[in-house]
Amino acid sequence: MFEATQLNRKNQSRQKWFRIGLGSMTGLLILPVVLILTTLIYKGAPVISFEFLFTGPTNGMTAGGIFPALLGTVLLVVVALLASVPLGVAAAIYLSEYAPDNWFTRAINLAIINLAGVPSIVHALFGVGAFVIFFKFGTSILAASLTLAIMTLPVVIVATRESLQAVPMAFREACWNMGATRWQTIRRVVLPNAVTGILTGVILEVSRTAGETAPIMFTGAAFFLPLLPQGVFDQTMALSLHLFVVSTQVPGMPESLPFGVALVLISMVLLMNSASIALRMYLRGKKKW
Amino acid sequence: MVKLDVKDLTIRYGQETALEGVNFEVHENEIFGIIGPANAGKTSFLKAVNRMDMFNTDMKVEGNITFNNVDVQKIRNVYGLRSRIGVVFPLPVGLPLSIYDNVALSPRLRGEKNRAELDVIVERCLTRAALWGEVKDRLDSLGSMLSGGQQQRLTIARALSQDPEMLMLDEFSIAVDPVTTMRIEDVLKELKSEVTIILVTNLVQQARRLADRTAFFLGGSCVEVGVTEDLFTGEVKDQRTRDYVEGRFG
Repeated sequence: MFEATQLNRKNQSRQKWFRIGLGSMTGLLILPVVLILTTLIYKGAPVISFEFLFTGPTNGMTAGGIFPALLGTVLLVVVALLASVPLGVAAAIYLSEYAPDNWFTRAINLAIINLAGVPSIVHALFGVGAFVIFFKFGTSILAASLTLAIMTLPVVIVATRESLQAVPMAFREACWNMGATRWQTIRRVVLPNAVTGILTGVILEVSRTAGETAPIMFTGAAFFLPLLPQGVFDQTMALSLHLFVVSTQVPGMPESLPFGVALVLISMVLLMNSASIALRMYLRGKKKW
Repeated sequence: MVKLDVKDLTIRYGQETALEGVNFEVHENEIFGIIGPANAGKTSFLKAVNRMDMFNTDMKVEGNITFNNVDVQKIRNVYGLRSRIGVVFPLPVGLPLSIYDNVALSPRLRGEKNRAELDVIVERCLTRAALWGEVKDRLDSLGSMLSGGQQQRLTIARALSQDPEMLMLDEFSIAVDPVTTMRIEDVLKELKSEVTIILVTNLVQQARRLADRTAFFLGGSCVEVGVTEDLFTGEVKDQRTRDYVEGRFG
């Protein structure tokens, strides 16, 4: 009674071909990642050493290490985060929990989506106009970080808003019905359950920020600096710009050096992404509903 | 004494009318049943009492609901109103907090910080909701991970932790097994001496078992209000009521 009919067989063979087709597309996807990583490790790993990570460039940047650039990237990311996370999370909480659903809110949401779509070079020019010139921060870590912050703000807002909205409405209603204010509800029920998503969103944003070049080029990152920055009003070197410089701007560069810089940059990003994934897995294990 | 007085209540969602021209009174320390098929406006009524229309800009409430002789639409401190009324939903809502924190939430919202005091409240409310015996050894585990029936009793315990003057239950037994339903019904009978209870139910027999008086809602209007036993023995003013309680439609 279970013999396959003509139609059964046709459906099953079609299903098989689709599985193979979709699977191989997925396989193809992994290919560039693997190629990039193996090339970088193969060509870059030999130059990585304690000296490389923790000393400055010498000999017109053709030798020595990358410490000023590494430090600069960390500084830029940290200052950018200090600006974008409080602002973005606060805005997302307002938009998700307080704002009435009207044309104004929808306009703000549209603006945020559009902000995410603005090319980074345009952000760079905005940063020059706003922070370097108008606010008179000069080309500095502060100007560059704020430019990065503006650029990554939409990511923080969207990630935060989505994790807030993943908390079921029924929880909020139960709380409101007990006489809790909106803020009490957010504080005691919504935020504790959205914090996972917010954290992962923030970390992913960090990794994106670390690799950006255009926004910091005109606003605070320098080609070469003999000294480390002394404060947020100084310029700094940065890994991403340094990579651009050593691979295209300096004659007589040993071939392995740019690969080494690229390897450090991508390791930093991968490390942070893995941390984000690990955190998400840990917290999802404690899923609460 | 009249606890809740409903006069000419009309509720609209945009152009849709959910409830129109409803009048009745709920007396203190009675169980007031509301029966009726889906879309009769039962849940909308509960929302209007608790001023949940504030969270839904579409929802417009006309007419008067007076609670303790105060028009709820004129109360500025709606939090004070809501904290006096406990609500239990059709689907149990165990908040993603520990069992203890679920029950301690309302006292904490009121500003109670004393741990010993909270311990007493938590034990008392869980006991009253017939859940204490099952959870007393694991008050730290998540309320949202309890079974459906337990979560519903947790929801009731949480509502009781508000020290409510009135309890509104919205089809509480939908996701609950018959044995738990019976246990909760017993709890409600006991509670009647302390709180006023509004019991919205789609089980007419449940209304008959529990309610002193019952209103029959149909398609956005209140067809009939009367002593529960009268509705079931055929002493009705409207034929539709008899048809409904006898299961001929709805």
